[in-house]
Amino acid sequence: MNRNRNLFFGICLVAFSSTMALLSVLWTPYDPLEINPDISLAKPSWSHLLGTDVLGRDVFSNLLAGSRTTLITAFLVVMITMSLGVTTGIGAALSPRWFNRTAIYSIDIVLALPAVLFAIVLAAIRGPSTFTAVIAISIATAAAVAQVTRREVNVLLNSDYVLAARACNSNRLRIVRRHILPNIRASLFIQASGAASIAILAESTLSYLGLGTTPPAPSWGRMLASSQQYLIIDPIVALWPGLAIIFTVLGFNLLGDGLREALDPTLRKSKS
Amino acid sequence: MRKTDSLQNLIWYLARRFTLFVGSLVAASALVFLLLRMLPGDLAQAKLGIEASPEALAQTRTEFGLNDSLILQFVKWLGNALSGDLGVSMLTGANIAQEIVNKATVTLPLIGLASVLALVFAIPLGMYSALNFRRRKGIGIAAISQLGIAIPTFWVGVILVTIFSVKFQILPSGGFPDAGWSSWSGCLESLVLPAITLALGQIAMLMRFARSATIEVLQQDYFRTARSTGLTRGQALRVHGVRNSLVPVVSVLGMQIATLIVGAIIVEHVFALPGIGQMLLQDVSIRDYTKVQGTVAATTAAVFFVSFLIDALLGFLNPKSRASL
Repeated sequence: MNRNRNLFFGICLVAFSSTMALLSVLWTPYDPLEINPDISLAKPSWSHLLGTDVLGRDVFSNLLAGSRTTLITAFLVVMITMSLGVTTGIGAALSPRWFNRTAIYSIDIVLALPAVLFAIVLAAIRGPSTFTAVIAISIATAAAVAQVTRREVNVLLNSDYVLAARACNSNRLRIVRRHILPNIRASLFIQASGAASIAILAESTLSYLGLGTTPPAPSWGRMLASSQQYLIIDPIVALWPGLAIIFTVLGFNLLGDGLREALDPTLRKSKS
Repeated sequence: MRKTDSLQNLIWYLARRFTLFVGSLVAASALVFLLLRMLPGDLAQAKLGIEASPEALAQTRTEFGLNDSLILQFVKWLGNALSGDLGVSMLTGANIAQEIVNKATVTLPLIGLASVLALVFAIPLGMYSALNFRRRKGIGIAAISQLGIAIPTFWVGVILVTIFSVKFQILPSGGFPDAGWSSWSGCLESLVLPAITLALGQIAMLMRFARSATIEVLQQDYFRTARSTGLTRGQALRVHGVRNSLVPVVSVLGMQIATLIVGAIIVEHVFALPGIGQMLLQDVSIRDYTKVQGTVAATTAAVFFVSFLIDALLGFLNPKSRASL
C-alpha cells in the first residue's frame, strides 16, 4: 500500500479548518464585530495577528468566525444534496422505464441551469441570506449527484448478485440497503466532498456579490468585498480571506481525490 | 446502405438533442417566471409600493397583463420572448432586449477573449504536464492546476488589480471607455485584466482534461508509429496530440460555458465593467423584476444554445458521443 498524499493533505486541511470553526464558537481573540476606529487598518502585530480592517475589527477573529459560516453552509449543502440526490438517483433507477427516461431528462435540464444565476434570482425575490444561497447551490449539486447515482445503480441492478437476491425474494428496500448502498458508498463520499468544495466557492462568491450571507454575520466573501475598497491603502487585508477560501476548498478537493484513490482499487497505481 | 444508416443516426441524435434544448429552455423560463410570481404581493405592488392607490394598481396590472391567468401570461411572455421581445423594464420602461444587446458589446468580447486565452494556455500546459507524467515538473504543474481550481475568481481579480493597477499602475483597475468600441485600444486595455481573471480558473480546469487526453494519446499505436519514424515525443505530439486533445477540451469548454457566463457576472462586478452581469446585479438591487426575468431568460437561453451547438458539432464529428443521449 503506497502512501496517499492527496488523502493525507486533504484530511489535514479539512481537519484544520473544522478545528478553526469549532474554536471560533468557544473563543476568538477579539469580538469579531467589535469596532475600534482608533486602530483602523493596523498592520499585523502581536496584539492583532493579521492586523485590523478599516473599522478596526480584528481580521484574525473575523477569519475564524467566517470559517463557521463557511463550514455550516458546506455542511447543510452536503446534507441536502446527498439526501435529495441519492433518493432521486436510486428512485429513478428503480422506477419503470418511462419514469426513468423522464427523470433523466429532468436531471439534464436542472444540470444545464446556471446555479449561481438562479441563486441571484432567488436572492432578488426572497432577499439575500445564507439560506437562499444554500437552497440554490443544493439544487444544482443534487442534480449532479442524482445523475451519477442513477447511472451506478442501473449498472448494479443488472448484476448477478442483485438477481440472486431477487430470486431469494428480497424486497426492493432490502436490495437497496444490502446490495446497492454499500456498493455506491465510495462514490457517495467522493461526491459529498466535491459538493462541499462547490458550496464553499459558491457561498463566498454570492456573499462577495452581496447576495449571500448578510451582515453582521462574518463571511469570507464579504470580508473580501469590503477590503477591495481599501486596496490602495492596505492591499494585505484582501489576502487573508482569499487564502482561507483557497485552502478550505483545496482541502475538500484533495480529500475527494484521495478518497477516490483509496476506495477505487482500479485507480490504485501499481508500484513501479 | 451503411452511409444512410449513419446519417439517420445523426439526424436522430440532433433531433433528440434539439428536443432537450427546447425542453430545457421552456423549463428554465417557466422556472424564472414562477419564481418572480412568488413575490409578496405582485409586480404592480412591487412597482408602486404599499401606499399605492387601488386605481393605480389596477392600471399597472392591466398594463403588464397581470389580470390574465398565470398560464396565459407565461405563454404570452414566452411567445414574445421567442420573437425577440423581452418586454420593458418595469421601472424605467426601457426595452429589455435592446439593453441586453447594448451590454453584450462588453460581455461577449470578455467571454471570447477569456475562452481564447484559456485554450491557448491550457492545451500546451496540459500536454507538457502529460509528457512529464510522474516526474517532478509534471506533478508541479498538476499541483498548480489543483490550486487554480480552488481559487475563487473574484479573489484573482482583486489580486491582479493590486499588482497591476495599484502597484505598477500599468493597467486600469476597472471601468470601460464611455465611447465604447470606437476607441478600441482603450476597450482592449480595460478588458485585459478581466479576461485573464476569467481565464485562469478555466485554464486550471481545462488543463486537467488536456493532460488526461494527452496521456491517452501517448499510449496509442499511431503515436508509437510516429515515434518509430524518427519523430521526438514533442514532435509526434504536435502532429497527433493537439488535434486529439482538442476534442475533449473543446467539449469541456462548451460545458463550462455556463461557468464562464456566471464568471463574467462576477468579473464585471470586480472590475466595474458595464456588461450584462453588472446590469443584472444592479437590477436585482433595485428590484426591477421584469428586467431580471428578461436578462436571466436570455442568458440561460444563450447557455443552452451554445451547449446545443457544441453537442451537435461533436455528434457530427464523433459518432461515439451520440450514444450518451
